[in-house]
Amino acid sequence: MANFKLNVNGEAHNIDVNPSTPILWVLRDHLNLVGTKFGCGIAQCGACSIHLNGMAVRSCQLPVASVGNSKITTIEGLSENGDHPVQKAWIENDVPQCGYCQSGQIMQAASLLKSNPNPTDEEIESVMNGNLCRCGTYTRIKKAIKKAIKS
Amino acid sequence: MTKQKTHIGRRSFIKTSILSGGGIMVGFSWLASCNLTTDQVKTLPKEWFEINGFLKIGENGLVTIMSPNPEIGQNVKTSMPMLVAEELDVDWKDVSVEQAPLNTDIFQRQLAGGSNSISSSWIPLRMAGATAKFMLITAAAKKWGVSVNEITTKLGELHHKASGRKLGYGNVASSAAKIKIPKEVDLKDISDFSIIGTSRKNVDGKKIVTGQPLFGLDYKEEGMLIAMLIHPPAFGMKLKSFDASVAKQMSGIIDIFEFNNYRDGQPKGVFDYSCHTNQIAVVGKSTWEVLQAKKSVKTEWQEAGEIISEMKSFRGGTTKKTIPSGLESTLNHRKQMVEMGAKNQKVVRKDGNPEKAFKNAERILEREYTCPFLAHNTMEPMNFFADITDDFARLVGPIQTPEFIETAIADRFDLPKEKVDIMMTRMGGGFGRRLYGHFMLEAAVISKTVKSPIKLIYTREDDMTSGTYRPSYHVRYKAAVDKNNNVTAFHVRAGGVPESCLYANRFPAGAIENYLAETWTINTNITTGAFRAPRSNFIASAEQSFLDELSEFIGKDPMDFRLELFKKATNTPVGEQNDYEASRYEGVLKLIREKSDWDTKKPGVSRGLAAYFCHRSYVANVVDIVTINGKKVIDKVYCAVDCGILVNPDAAINLIEGGTVDGIGHSMYSQITFKDGTPEQDNFNSYRLIRHSESPKNIEIYFVKNNINPTGLGEPPFPPVMGALANALYKATGKRHYDQPFSVS
Repeated sequence: MANFKLNVNGEAHNIDVNPSTPILWVLRDHLNLVGTKFGCGIAQCGACSIHLNGMAVRSCQLPVASVGNSKITTIEGLSENGDHPVQKAWIENDVPQCGYCQSGQIMQAASLLKSNPNPTDEEIESVMNGNLCRCGTYTRIKKAIKKAIKS
Repeated sequence: MTKQKTHIGRRSFIKTSILSGGGIMVGFSWLASCNLTTDQVKTLPKEWFEINGFLKIGENGLVTIMSPNPEIGQNVKTSMPMLVAEELDVDWKDVSVEQAPLNTDIFQRQLAGGSNSISSSWIPLRMAGATAKFMLITAAAKKWGVSVNEITTKLGELHHKASGRKLGYGNVASSAAKIKIPKEVDLKDISDFSIIGTSRKNVDGKKIVTGQPLFGLDYKEEGMLIAMLIHPPAFGMKLKSFDASVAKQMSGIIDIFEFNNYRDGQPKGVFDYSCHTNQIAVVGKSTWEVLQAKKSVKTEWQEAGEIISEMKSFRGGTTKKTIPSGLESTLNHRKQMVEMGAKNQKVVRKDGNPEKAFKNAERILEREYTCPFLAHNTMEPMNFFADITDDFARLVGPIQTPEFIETAIADRFDLPKEKVDIMMTRMGGGFGRRLYGHFMLEAAVISKTVKSPIKLIYTREDDMTSGTYRPSYHVRYKAAVDKNNNVTAFHVRAGGVPESCLYANRFPAGAIENYLAETWTINTNITTGAFRAPRSNFIASAEQSFLDELSEFIGKDPMDFRLELFKKATNTPVGEQNDYEASRYEGVLKLIREKSDWDTKKPGVSRGLAAYFCHRSYVANVVDIVTINGKKVIDKVYCAVDCGILVNPDAAINLIEGGTVDGIGHSMYSQITFKDGTPEQDNFNSYRLIRHSESPKNIEIYFVKNNINPTGLGEPPFPPVMGALANALYKATGKRHYDQPFSVS
């Protein structure tokens, strides 16, 4: 056990956990932020995507001890009222089916548009390839990302 | 208007009122409280009046409609309340939806399976709305001293035309709640629908995109412990011994023990055959701590041998079940299946004289097809919350069959059903996996053992390697052709491990004079279960590939060939029972012919066609493959669908897009293979699921418009696209694919 100070969604948190604990489980078990999902535990599905200093990372592979002062943003903190352009585009296109993977998809898409505001179809596919959707909403996800680009 | 007898009795209303104060609402209020947005809290009524078990109306006119069925992503949580709202005549923006708990006194068929939620509730849910509307009208009629026939309703308001008076539903809700529930109500004509047939957004959409707790894995209670399982590494093995001395000392660990879902000396329940017979539970304070301890438990396994036991069905009877011994392998399964396909098997249907027709055939085409086991791989792994005491069982989580598991839990813990409360959460996918509630029993047994509320969590590896797979299937087709290139006989011999994929009375039965269907099975100790569109999820692809090859064999266009067969099945059907309507089949084919511009040759585009019927609906697909930078790419998939009346069109389109991607993905990439009883894939680095870039670039969906009551939609779009893909791949590469997954074969 060790004490860690974390900056999550702009708030400071103090937690006592095993240093090897991935941020995914710190968020879900200790901070009650369950929007970040567990899907595979080996960075193959993208359901656990969060932003570390604004860039999408897989939180299941990120030990709490490695984070330091980096700013963590989760789906709960992506926008104040759920009105990030990507979230709005997701609602407008009614993307989700089961919805489980979608917070990871949204975090990945938001990170993509931040670093590349006008991606091509190929760039969208290549970046989003790490995020699995078992319901098969890929065509809608792409539509929603393009919608978010326009706005 | 159609008169319908109601089944909503006063008894169910009283029962709900009693329950609202009891334990069943605990999970309910958790879900309700964490889902409310600020806007909703502001507009919440001061008081709710329960009109019937399906809905309550606030004094300010807001309406809460209960969504009775489990939501697995098929969007019933939006579309089922739409049925109630339509007949209630309420403005959809004034409706909020709550997930109902399991309550068989009020709700019927609280089950997600068989693409049946909308079709089986089409009348009952509309009746629930119409009944409530009638009670509101009656209350207003009393208040105004007029006849009920003089009152009309619109958008949550009651109008008395003659006097120009009007009232909101909220104004009469309290008196309506006291009105006797009518014995008969009128349902609207289809032409009067204003909600059904219009696209309404997912009621959980905002919560999903903002990451609010909705799913079973998100459920949490004060003092709850985390539990995980260790199961045998191979099917056909059982636990010999384990040493948890180190693991038990690890931080946060409460207990580690061996357990079984069933009780010794008692018949096993149905769900006890969907999981391994002895497992180890690791219980601790946090997920990561439990995960670490799980890795530190030392285990020894041994062969389980043959197991013969009694299984108690949900209806109470018992049957003898044999689980064979041995450590099975895919190579061996393949060999056994080919052998079975080569032998005469049990005849299930015979029309005309197929033997003679084959003997007299000018030419014969014969092909065989296989598919592997598949894991459901719901994105949310299996999990469940359980709090089991000596006199009460409380369970919260993702389950497609709450009614069945209630019986299993009551049986297991000797509790009356009234002492078992089950609350369904939104599910991170179902696909059939969550029909098998063994994980709920596991959670319950663990909770009872450690005397604490617990949440059981499967890791992805646990989820993918613990079974309940889509069976592995094999089918052999044979067609006889005369010298005029007419198909004179058709022979299907279908089987699988451990179930056969045969549907003997489906197309092309009924369309060919001489027809023979045979079936066989091979038993296994690998657990299997229903997977989106069971059996159809393979045989559609095989049949549609064979028909494609057959049309080429006789020199006919695959579209014309199919239409000829349907014409025959319509005009002079063969045999006594054909489980499809040839005219609806024809309907989707003609629609896709027009929409895909089938009759115009498109240079550079390789096209494949397929059509299939399952779950009472008809779907035809055309898949277009093009070459971009030397790579074969699925440029477009056309879907023509006849699922009767559409309730929520955009949600239906979403489901069809998803089914299309899912069908392409599983037939192209996915498989579970075995070596010595051990699954060779255990996570997404070894098990291939379709990804963004492999998905079709465009999906175009068209509906046959008719006034047929809604038929299934969750499953029907999944099977046929696999056949259309196989046929398009052939056009693109010159190679026929007989074995799934196509990317490997």
